[in-house]
Amino acid sequence: MTDPVNNKPRRRFLGGTGAGAALLAIAPGVKLVDLALARDEDEPASAETRWGLLVDANRCATDCRACVSACEDEHALAKTGRKPLDPQWIRKVELVDESSDRSVSLPLMCQHCEDPPCVDVCPTGASFRRADGIVLVDKHTCIGCRYCMMACPFNARSFVHEDVTGQKSYSPRGKGTVESCTLCVHRVDQDRTPACVESCAVDGGGALAFGDLSDAESTVSKTVRSQPHRGLRPDLELNTGVRYRGV
Amino acid sequence: MTHRFVIGSLMIVSLTASSIADVTMPSYPKGKGERCVEPTDIMRRDHFEYLMHHRKISVHLGVRSKRHSLVGCVDCHASQADNGAYIPVNAPGQFCSSCHTYTAVKIDCFSCHAAVPDDVEKQ
Amino acid sequence: MENIRFQALAGSHTGYRLLLWLLIILIGAGLIAAHHIESQGHWVTGMDNRVVWGLPHVFAIFLILSASGALNTASISSVFSGSDYRPWARLSGLLAVALLTGGLAVLVLDLGRPDRLVVAMTYYNFRSVFAWNIFLYTGFVLVVLAYLWVMMTPGMHGYVRSVGVFALIWRLILTSGTGAIFGFLVARDAYDTAILAPLFILMSLSLGMAVFWVTILTMCRWNGYRVSSELSEKLRRLSALFILGVLYLVALHHLTNLYMAHHLGIERFLLVDGGVYPWLFWLGFVLCGGIVPVWWFLDRRFCAPAWSLTAALMVIVGGLCHLYVIIIGAQAYPLRLVSGYRVDSGHYDGEITHYLPTLPELALGIGGVSLALLLTVLAVRALPFLPTVTGPLPGSNRA
Repeated sequence: MTDPVNNKPRRRFLGGTGAGAALLAIAPGVKLVDLALARDEDEPASAETRWGLLVDANRCATDCRACVSACEDEHALAKTGRKPLDPQWIRKVELVDESSDRSVSLPLMCQHCEDPPCVDVCPTGASFRRADGIVLVDKHTCIGCRYCMMACPFNARSFVHEDVTGQKSYSPRGKGTVESCTLCVHRVDQDRTPACVESCAVDGGGALAFGDLSDAESTVSKTVRSQPHRGLRPDLELNTGVRYRGV
Repeated sequence: MTHRFVIGSLMIVSLTASSIADVTMPSYPKGKGERCVEPTDIMRRDHFEYLMHHRKISVHLGVRSKRHSLVGCVDCHASQADNGAYIPVNAPGQFCSSCHTYTAVKIDCFSCHAAVPDDVEKQ
Repeated sequence: MENIRFQALAGSHTGYRLLLWLLIILIGAGLIAAHHIESQGHWVTGMDNRVVWGLPHVFAIFLILSASGALNTASISSVFSGSDYRPWARLSGLLAVALLTGGLAVLVLDLGRPDRLVVAMTYYNFRSVFAWNIFLYTGFVLVVLAYLWVMMTPGMHGYVRSVGVFALIWRLILTSGTGAIFGFLVARDAYDTAILAPLFILMSLSLGMAVFWVTILTMCRWNGYRVSSELSEKLRRLSALFILGVLYLVALHHLTNLYMAHHLGIERFLLVDGGVYPWLFWLGFVLCGGIVPVWWFLDRRFCAPAWSLTAALMVIVGGLCHLYVIIIGAQAYPLRLVSGYRVDSGHYDGEITHYLPTLPELALGIGGVSLALLLTVLAVRALPFLPTVTGPLPGSNRA
């Protein structure tokens, strides 16, 4: 289980006294977001990192929408008044086991696959996977063909169907391009956690954990190794960055 | 033939000279701070090169340097109304549109990018 | 070949001028629709975040497949030495260029950012079959223009066969690529199969032939030229063969899916209880666009041109119905997010999406068809595409 940290300038170093002072005790056994050495602002993202998101469905309540609200606030995802056209970067999904009728609730967002179908099909290369595993849309080159939306096995992407106003400076979005969960890349690049993870820890059931899957010492990495997690659609062998437990 | 060339050149020179002295050059509110991140004449000519390069390295590589970022431009160059509210930097008469209207070069940045700084101070 | 002369469409025809004006109006409506969609945003269409490709794409794919198939006659005459087909080879090439232009126009105008066409032409991800198709489509236009040029330029006839072979290969790759757009998508139960590539090839042959029928029968009315009975017989048999090929591959595709338990849901949806889709499939495509035209093309009692024209029009309508089922039906069906689980969310998971095309989409699609037809009717007026003979009809004058 990871914990949101106070917003801090870039050069925070794990293990230092500063880190200890910044620890927010929400629940026992809480750890800081595990990070590799913080990245300098002129350095590119590194392939030595692989960002991952762990979802514990056992802790996800059916009627809780903290993650969705947080995402909508963070990125100024205004409703359009026409629900099928609304942007949805993250949504709550109810899965009902067909044999037992047991139901489980979990959040569904872009899975940040290692082998993303959306990246394969984009004609201009606007849909791409960053070196550290985050799958993004470069809206400068997106022509709005929506082929990636056809290709995504999770319906994770949205198309902007009308003019957008009131964007946040760190989350540009505009009409005619495709968008999806960015794993809050603007936060991650500042050594913070995604908005959904933060809000789940504070307002929700603490079902979300974020960290570096490539770092053997990180909490997420240890959790994945010690407890069974699965990706969605494992038959497609996408090696998703988002892993689920309790499904 | 020579006299036509001379008259033609004189016309070009005088038109240029008069346009420099012309009152309808773009004018825009002053940005914050002493000066821009690059010298003004270089910025006028090359700002799109900086922006194009920066957008590529920031989006694809995750390089978050602030010097040539569009967010940085907006932070300094967005002016405020009397009540403190920010005026969009691409509104008529504001920083971007004044030159871009003058040169008739359409820009597309602000269909996606925020034209005002965020209310909450971001890190 | 000596008996064939080519000329531009001469004389004044009321039908011609009416058609011209109608096409111009329809193109205008299409352009207005495109502008409306681009300025307002795609909320004015019926497409949403679940059904992302709608009626315009049905028309666009139809036009692209017809373009590839319309080159049949030229291919047969140049590559397979079918001398009966030679009078119509030039018109065949012209149709191919015109139809592809119409299809491309619809595709480009439906983009979320059509102003970024230059980006689409300069930034390429070569893993994407869509990126390859951009080359294939524009290249096809150039290849066929070159083909027309060698056909129509005196002294260049020696190159017709080699350019014809090149165009044929290009066509096959292009049409396979169009099928692969869907076939390469692993996410959708209705796709994710290699059979879509050869299926699209056969669809292109069938639709191209149908469009070709409609065109030549119309031109014959204006030109006074008659399609010889030998050629007519060959074209009818060929059309029937192509339609049967399509039916075969479609049957194979669906039968195979029925053996896969995880594909039973989509099959039931598309073929049995999916609302409009089973109707379009069985009534529109299989019956009206398949079985009945095959019967009329093969049965000698229906050899009159009026029957062939009707059959061809039915094939076209059936093709559009089939493409609607392929493109939109597949998107309307929900994704299987987790095997063994029913999915429910407030956001349309586990639900059928109800897509209803809107007027702008229809106008855009019809506008593309009209553009293709307008290019054709203008070109036949300007340049010598149409055959005419001074001597006996070819086919009746074999050595």
